[in-house]
Amino acid sequence: MMSNFIMIDALEIFQTIKDAKEKDGFTFLLDITCIDNLHKKYPASTRFELVYILRHSEFKETKIFKVAVVDEEVGVESISSLFDSADWAEREVYDQYGINFENHKMLKRLLNHMEFEGHPLRKDYEITKGQYCTTSQDMMDEMKPLLKDRELDMQKDDLMIVNLGPSHPASHGTIRTLAALDGEKIVAAASEVGYLHRGFEKSCENHNYNQIIPYTDRLNYCSALMNNIAFAKTVEEMMDITLPDRGIFIRVILAELSRVIDHLVCLAAGLLDMGGQTNYWYLFNPRNDAYDFLSKLTGARLTNSYMRIGGMTHDLYDGWQSDLEDVLTKIDFGITESLKMITHNRIYNDRIQDISPVSSKQAISYGFTGPNLRASGVAYDLRFAKPHYYYDTFDFDMVVGSVGDTYDRMMVRFEEMNESMKIIKQAVKRMPSGDINVNDRRITMPKKSCVYGGIEDMMNQFMLVTDGVKVPEGEHYGAFEAANGELGFYIVSDGSGTPYKVKVRPPSFYHMSAYPKIIENYQVADAIMTLGSLNIIAGEMDR
Amino acid sequence: MDLSNTHMLDDAVVTTKIDAVVNWGREASLWPFVFGTACCAIEFMATAASRYDISRFGAEVLRFSPRHADLLVVAGTVSYKQAPILKQIYDQMPEPKWVIAVGACASTGGFYDNYTTLQGIDEIVPVDVYVAGCPPRPEAILDAVLDIQRQLKREESFEVRNTEFKGKLDDV
Repeated sequence: MMSNFIMIDALEIFQTIKDAKEKDGFTFLLDITCIDNLHKKYPASTRFELVYILRHSEFKETKIFKVAVVDEEVGVESISSLFDSADWAEREVYDQYGINFENHKMLKRLLNHMEFEGHPLRKDYEITKGQYCTTSQDMMDEMKPLLKDRELDMQKDDLMIVNLGPSHPASHGTIRTLAALDGEKIVAAASEVGYLHRGFEKSCENHNYNQIIPYTDRLNYCSALMNNIAFAKTVEEMMDITLPDRGIFIRVILAELSRVIDHLVCLAAGLLDMGGQTNYWYLFNPRNDAYDFLSKLTGARLTNSYMRIGGMTHDLYDGWQSDLEDVLTKIDFGITESLKMITHNRIYNDRIQDISPVSSKQAISYGFTGPNLRASGVAYDLRFAKPHYYYDTFDFDMVVGSVGDTYDRMMVRFEEMNESMKIIKQAVKRMPSGDINVNDRRITMPKKSCVYGGIEDMMNQFMLVTDGVKVPEGEHYGAFEAANGELGFYIVSDGSGTPYKVKVRPPSFYHMSAYPKIIENYQVADAIMTLGSLNIIAGEMDR
Repeated sequence: MDLSNTHMLDDAVVTTKIDAVVNWGREASLWPFVFGTACCAIEFMATAASRYDISRFGAEVLRFSPRHADLLVVAGTVSYKQAPILKQIYDQMPEPKWVIAVGACASTGGFYDNYTTLQGIDEIVPVDVYVAGCPPRPEAILDAVLDIQRQLKREESFEVRNTEFKGKLDDV
C-alpha cells in the first residue's frame, strides 16, 4: 500500500494549499520535503519535486501534494504565512536541497553550519564530503528584525542579549537560544538548531532497509525501540505485510515501555532543572531497571536495534513476564513517590502553572503532536485516530490537558505513563503464542541452523544480507504515535533493497521551532522549564 | 592508631615527592565538565545517578562551566558545526586538564561517516582515553575515569601537557 499524492502546478501551490486549509479543513501541516530525481531510473519531468504532507483537522485523513520545481533558483512561493510550522520546514528544504522559497522571511541554513557550501541531500553531493566550520554565527540577523517588530531598541530599552546554550546544562543536548532580556524577562528570542545534525537521511540512502534500523535507534535515543518499530512498520506498510499476532503484541509492549522510559527521563530531567533532585532519583532509577530488562531481552541498554523489517531478531526469553512485572512495580512506585512530593507542592505548582501556554489553535499551527499537543486540549493520538496493532481493543484513555502550559505538558506525561502501563499489563495477559516474524524468505532471515545445514537457506541469507529486503517501487508516508508525538517516515523506494530517499518527520523539530515564540514575555528560569517540558531530543530534532 | 591525639605527629617528618602528593590529591577529586550532545550523554546521566554512582571515584562534582573543570567528558556525536564550540570549551579549561572521548562517535565518528560528522574529536582536541561502545555502558565510563586516575599518577604535576598538539581548528 503506497500513499496517493496529488500533483499540483508550481505556480498554484500557495492557492491550492490555502484552499485545502481554509475550505477543506486540512489545517495541520505535517511536513515539507523534497525529492531529487537525479538518479531515478525513470526520470520525472523535473529534477526536484517538493512534497507537502497535510492532515485534516479531524485527524483522519492525510493529503500529500507534490510539486514539480522547474527552476530551483526561482523556487516556489512560501506557505509560511499559512502555517507556522512551514517556517523551519522550508528552511530545512532550502538548506538540504537548495530550493528557493519566495516571500520567506528568513530563508537561511538551518541544520548545516553557515560556512557550508553546497546542498548535502542532493544526489550529486558526495556523502563523505565534510566541511570544517571555524566560527559560530552571532544570529543578530535574526534578532534584529525581531526587535524591530516589537519596536525595541538595544540601547534605549536597555536590553541585554544572552545565549542559552549551545553548551548549557539545562539545554538537554546542544541547542542554542539567543534571548534579548529586559531584566529577567525575555522580550525576543531566536533558536539555532542543527548541532546534532548527523546526516541520518543521507546515510539511509546508502544503506539497505535493515541496516537503517540501528540509525533509527539514535533518533530519539530515550525510546529507541519505538523508532525501530515506527520505521519497520512504515516499510511493512509499503510491502503490504502484517506481522503475526505475537510479533504485534511484543511490539505493543515494547513501544509502551519505551514511552514510559521516555517520559521518565523527560520528567526526571525537568524536575532536576527545577531543583527537585529527589524526584530525579525516584524517576530515573526505575528507568535503570527497565534497561536491565531490555538488555536481557535485546542485548543493549539504550540502542536496542531489536526490530527487523517483518518482525524482530528473536522471541522473548523464558521468564520475561515476572521481570517485566517487577519493572512495572518499580516504575509505579517511582511515579507514586514523585507525585506525592509535587502534587501539592507550592513551589512546583507556582513555578510552572500558566507558564508559556500554547492554545490549541497555536499548537496545531506550530505542528505540535503527541503529549505537547494533547496538553493544549486537542484530543489527538494516532493510537485512537488511526488504530493499528490492536490499539482499539485495549482499554486505556487519552490524556488531555486544558491550557497547554508547562504544568499541563508535564502532568500529561505523568498520566500517560499510567495509561501505557495499563496497556502493557493487558498485552501481557493477551500475549498469544506462535510466530513472531513474517514467514517469507524474501523478507526475514532463515534460522541459523538451517543456514549452516542447507544450500537454499544459505543462499537466502546471503541475498538478504547483500541486497537487503526489496521494497516495491513507490512512495509512502507512515506514522507512529511515538513518545514525543507523531514520528513519520516518508520513504521513496525505487524497487531495490536501498531506499531512494527517507525523510523523517520528527516531532521535536516542530516543538523546537515554536520554542522561541512561546518563551517570550516569561523569565529565563521559566524558559528552562518550558524547554524541559517540551522534551526536545536533539538526535530526533536534528537527525 | 588514635588520631584524636593531635600532638602525636608533632615532630614527625614524612618524606615524599611533590608529584606524588599533588597527583594523589588530583586523582581523587577530578571535576568533570560534561560536553554531552547525544545518546552517550544519557548513559553519562546513568553513570552519575545513584546506581553506578561516579562519586565513589571522587568525580561527582559536575561543573557546568569549563573554567571550573579539569576533566572534559565528550559524550556524544560532535558535528562540524559543534567543533568550534568544543574547541572553545577546551581552551577555557585551566591546566592541567584531561579529555575522555565517550563512545564511537566522539572517538572516530562512529557509523556516521558522512558530510556532517566530525571523524573523531582528536582532530580538534587531544584525547587521553577513548571509550568504545555505542553508547558505552556506565561501567565503561567509570573505567575511563579510573584510567585517567592511573595516567595522571605517572605525570609530572607542574608540566603543561599536549603543547605539541595541533588540531584542525588551531590555525584559524
